[in-house]
Order: sequence, then structure tokens, then C-alpha cells
Amino acid sequence: MALQLRRKTHESIIYIDKDSAPRIMPFGEDFILEDIPVGTRVIYPNPPIKGLPNREAAIRYAVNHPIDAKPLYAQLEPGMRVTIAMDDISLPLPPMQTPDLRQTMLEVVLDMCAANGVDDVHLIIANSLHRKMTAWEMERMVGSTIFNEFYPDRFYNHDAEDDENLIKIGETRHDEPLRVNKRAIESDILIYLNLNLVPMDGGHKSVAVGLCDYESLRQHHEPQTIRDSDSYMDPPKSALNHKVIKLGKLVDEHCNVFHVETAINNRMFPEGYDILTRNEDEFSFMDRMKWETMKRTFGNLPRGARRKLLHKIPAQYELIGCFAGETEKVHEKILELNYRQYEIPVKGQCDILISGIPDISPYNVYSALNPILVQVMALGYHFNMYRNKPLLRKGGVMIITHPCFDEFDPKFHPSYIEFFHRLLPESRDAFYLREKYEREFAENPAYVEMYRRGNAYHGAHAFFMWYWGENGRQHVGKLIVAGAENAHVPAILGWERADNLTEAIAMARSYMGRNAEITMLHQPMIGLCNVSD
Amino acid sequence: MQKNGQAAAFYDLEGTLLSTNLVHTLAFYARRQQGLFKTIKKSVGTFAKLPLFGATDLYSRNVFNEFFFKSYAGESEDRLRYFSEELFEEVLKPAIFDGTPELIAQSKKIGQRQIVITGALDFTIDKLMNHLGIDDYAANRLEFVNGYATGRILPPIMASATKAKWMREYAERENINLSESYAYSDSISDLPMLSIVGHPVAINPDFRLKQTATQHDWAILDLK
Repeated sequence: MALQLRRKTHESIIYIDKDSAPRIMPFGEDFILEDIPVGTRVIYPNPPIKGLPNREAAIRYAVNHPIDAKPLYAQLEPGMRVTIAMDDISLPLPPMQTPDLRQTMLEVVLDMCAANGVDDVHLIIANSLHRKMTAWEMERMVGSTIFNEFYPDRFYNHDAEDDENLIKIGETRHDEPLRVNKRAIESDILIYLNLNLVPMDGGHKSVAVGLCDYESLRQHHEPQTIRDSDSYMDPPKSALNHKVIKLGKLVDEHCNVFHVETAINNRMFPEGYDILTRNEDEFSFMDRMKWETMKRTFGNLPRGARRKLLHKIPAQYELIGCFAGETEKVHEKILELNYRQYEIPVKGQCDILISGIPDISPYNVYSALNPILVQVMALGYHFNMYRNKPLLRKGGVMIITHPCFDEFDPKFHPSYIEFFHRLLPESRDAFYLREKYEREFAENPAYVEMYRRGNAYHGAHAFFMWYWGENGRQHVGKLIVAGAENAHVPAILGWERADNLTEAIAMARSYMGRNAEITMLHQPMIGLCNVSD
Repeated sequence: MQKNGQAAAFYDLEGTLLSTNLVHTLAFYARRQQGLFKTIKKSVGTFAKLPLFGATDLYSRNVFNEFFFKSYAGESEDRLRYFSEELFEEVLKPAIFDGTPELIAQSKKIGQRQIVITGALDFTIDKLMNHLGIDDYAANRLEFVNGYATGRILPPIMASATKAKWMREYAERENINLSESYAYSDSISDLPMLSIVGHPVAINPDFRLKQTATQHDWAILDLK
């Protein structure tokens, strides 16, 4: 029996048997070691694809040999107005070691601009309604040479509330308006530098979402679109993606977009921390020492210090592919690479899905993972990392491990606080919240100013985060938080709590039966489960 | 409180929408006395009183107001009003925070009435209110007898709880819904006015207000 269970169906999938080691699970800013029931299927991230040896050469080759477009150098002329837009700090996760891939792309593209006599160049961060990046973060992203040359007049964050610098370029046939960054859209050429982490990113989303305003965004960042996306990590089956493509075509009608997309491998952690993504059964003596050292270090630090330490560990992502040219064609190529890196064939759904929640999300870089973000990680990202069908059976139980502390960053997430404490106790219905309160938050003068002048997420962003969990919320029967340090946060989110994972599994089995199939996503991981019967 | 009235934005002024305080205005007038001797005397006197102003303000905003406005005793009303335009151009206008016009514009965009409640003197801020597009304001009023200031303030003295009281009465009279309204201030002395609206906001707050705002999850803005 044990031997049969131990047999691997895929290199990233193992089954727990009597002799299996306990598993390391993220628990917010900490990591815990847990015994998992025999028979549990544990899914690990795929091993990283080998990175390209010379990423600058790969990028240069891509812009010189674009798909369905003239090479970039052939499109540049003296006196042209050029805007280079790029992804914000939400990509990749955690922030990668320097030099960031965007720096290398910029060095290649800016060299080419200079060589072709193009002086009028602006660099814009396509942060959409995300928080604006700080000067320090911007410098880290592009390097000090480019930063010193362009910041602040020609290197800045997109401002989705700056009416003077936004322009409406039209509507889709479904009356969805699109108002975007004026400088970008009125440039002779808009070069977009993308860093694709998951299949949801990139493509038309880069410009049509990254550089738009609130009114444009709320047309697709809404509960029904998310419900209709099965999942939003699978573009062909994502209603969100379909809407964004329509908007992207509008962009293409008004602007010459030259898209540069990159795909990276999933080497998330540097040596020393790489044990977090590996099979514990295969740990060497040294690996166990690394774990003990890490556990003791983290265990002796207060939460804030643990968070700071974690945020200082840069990801070791490497470039595995770069393509440039026409947006859709380029994106197809990048998606192929994404799937090659992330896709894990999984046979059969499960009744109970266990997923630890690490302190890593697109929205809490250098701040706390507040309860709304815990929700978006659980029911949004972790739930949606599938193709074909959800990993969890409809009505199944999801178990997450996180302290669920009631902590918010007032500078980055001011509207989240009001959303959580004022709105959620009234209703968790995404449609009701959107109808009654979304605009109030979006137009709140204090939130608008905190977004524009500070580093706050837009007032409406908390709503989008709630909608982001909508298909997960509709699908999951119960969600149990193991280790929640208080009762009120899970209660407000509509979840149950358990003191620990063992208790949570017992609760889940009481709902789903003793023979319930259990699967655990070995977080932190980026992996896309292709689930078949 | 009206349940279905219009929402409004109530602002404290100095330190909130602009960087100056009452002393800047007093110093401006001190520099514009009749004759060099009076100008020097008044300026030096104002400078010498600064520690006392600070101490009384720490103790109580009401005590500060009573003490502070005595410095205007003997000033002619004509003179004070005559120089108010210059005061606006030279002192107040340059002191408006960069984010102030944006904040007011956003507030107006969603149909909120704009109201300033300040401890400053009414004639000193009249032009500023027009410039900022403020609909209504309540400010302190100096008592004048035979065209000269007595150094007393006509009641009600706009500070602390009086501001909140004025807001309640204003809301009743003008059908303003306080639950839907916003109040903005930089100082803990304005805690009463912040406490009676649905959306209190601390702008460039002092230490105590920042602590209070953080504890109560109020938005904290930096307009500088």
C-alpha cells in the first residue's frame, strides 16, 4: 500500500504515506512543520526551467526580430515621441534580485532610442489603481543610472485620477469605456515592457488595464466577470481576459504598441531558502539544518521583523524567454512558456484542499498581508491556479494556514480598513457591495488624495480584491483557517477557524466524510494544476 | 442631524489647507505699523511672545485665543482690512499646500458643500476663501469699538468644541447630513469636529492626532 502510494504520477506530485516526513507550510510571516494525513496528495511547484545564459542578448534579439511587426530600430526616427510603460511592483513576487529584468529591457530599448535620435522618451509605471511606487522602489527597479536620468519628470507612476492626463479613446460594442494615459496613447510609439509571472498577466492587460482609469477598470473588475472566469489563470476560459482583449483591440486602433514580453522560471528563493519549495522526504542533513536555522531565526523574531526579513529576500527568477512585436502573438508565445514552467497535470479533484498562505502577494510588497489580502490569496489566487476544472470539488472544504491578524497598513491600504470593518459586517455579497458602496469609496476625496499624492491603493481597490475571490467563494463549501489568532477576522470573512491544522482537517472530514480526498498545495508555489477526471 | 441631507466637507484652515498659522498673520500686521518705531516695537513684541503663545496653545486652544487676539488691541479696522489683500497675496496664497486644490476639487466633484471653520480672523481670509472656492466659512471676529480693535473676540470663539457645535447647528439649518460628511484637521484640538462626522480625516497631523487617527482607522493625508 505504502509503496503504491509513494509512486509518483508526476515529478511535482507525491502522496503522503506512513513514513513521510512532516511538511513545511507557510503561516503568514512564519513557517510551520505539520504532519499531514496518510494518503494526502501534495503538489509541489515544477523544478525551474534553466534560465537563458545571456538575457540582454535574448531581449535584443527579440526586439530586432519581432513577431508581426517591424523591428524596433526600424520604427524609431529622430524627433519621435516615445513612451515606455512597464509593469509595477506587483510583478514579480517576491521582487526579484537586481538588476531587475525591466532594467535590462530598458537598457536595451533606451540604447536603441538614443542610437536612433529619439530624445522625447517618458517612462511610465503602469500601476493602474495599484499604489504608486516609491522613489526607492523605482530606482531599485530600473537601476540608478536610468533613474537619475529620467526621474521625476520623465519617469513616473501612472495616475488614474489625473483628468488632465487621461483621454477617452472609445467604447467597446458593449458600451465599456476606455480612458487611458494620454501621454502613452498619443505617443508615436508605445513600448510596453512586460514581466509575465502568471498566465493572467501580460497581453492586452498590460496597456488596457495598467494605464486606464477607474471607470474603465470597473467594467471588468466586477463580480459577474470573475464568476464567469473559469479560471482567470486560464485565458481562453477567462471572461476577464475576453473583456480585456476587446479593450486591447481599441488600444491598437489608436496607438502603435510595441509589446516586449518576458517569461521567467519559478526559482522563487535563493539558496538557503530553496528548501521551502522542495520535497521534505528528500531533504539531506544540510537541508534539515537549514530548516532548523530558519525556524529558530524566524521563531525568535517579532512579526514585524519577520516580515521585514522576508521582504528582504529577493527572488532568483531567471529569464526563460523573450518575445516582442504584436501584442496577441507575443503573448501566445509567452503563455506557452508559462504553461511549460507552471503546468502540473493532476488527475482527479479533491474534497479537501489545504493551502498555506505565505506573506507573498501582489498587493503587500513591503507591508502587511491584511485580512482582505488573505482572502484574495486563498479564494483568489490559490483557488484559481487551475486549468480545465478546479482542483477542489464543488462544495469542498478549503483549509488555509494563517494567523489572520487584524492588521492593516494605513499608508498602503487605507480603504481596506473601512471596507473590512464597516462594510463586510453589513454584507459579504459582492454585488450588493459594488452597487451600494464601490463608487463612494472610489470618489472618497481622502482616498483619492492618498492614492494620488501618497502610496495608497485606490479607494475602490479593496472592492476589486473582494471580487477577486468571488468564483472561489461561490465554489468552496467551507473555508477553515487553521491557526487564526482571533475569532473575529475569520467570522467577518465568513470563514470558520481551528486552532491548528489537525483540528481543521478533523472539522473538514466531519463535513466531507472520513474518506474525503485531501490535496495540499505546497506553498509558496507558482503552479497551474491542469485537472482531469 | 438630518438623515438625508447633502454631504459637506468641513475643513480646519491653518495647518490643514495651508502651512501658515495665526502667528504668521499677526507678524504680517506687526510689520505694517505706522512708522518705523511702531513697526519694530510690534514686531519685537510679537517675537517675544512666541513661547507664551506656544505654551498657552498646548494648555488650551480657548485660553490661547483669548490671549493671542489681545495682540490686536488698538489696531484700526481700516488698516487691518486694507492690508488683508496684501496678506493674501504675500502670506496666505503661497502657503497653500500643493494638494489643497486637488482635495477641494475632488470633494466638489462629488457634490459636497465646502465649509471652512477656522480660528483665524474673518477679514484675513475672505479672499483666500474665494480663491479656494469655499462656499461658507466660520471664522473668529474681532471686536471693534469706534473703529479700533479691543483685542477681544466676539463669541462664539471658533476653537475645539465650539467648532463642533457650530457644525451641528449649521447642519441643522442647511440640511447637511453629518454622517455622510467629511471633516479635515491637523490638530488634536479639533477632535470634537472630527468626531461628529462620518468621515474624519487627519491632514498632516500633530503627534496626538496621528495616534488618535491610527487607533480609530481614520484616513491620514499628507497634502504638502
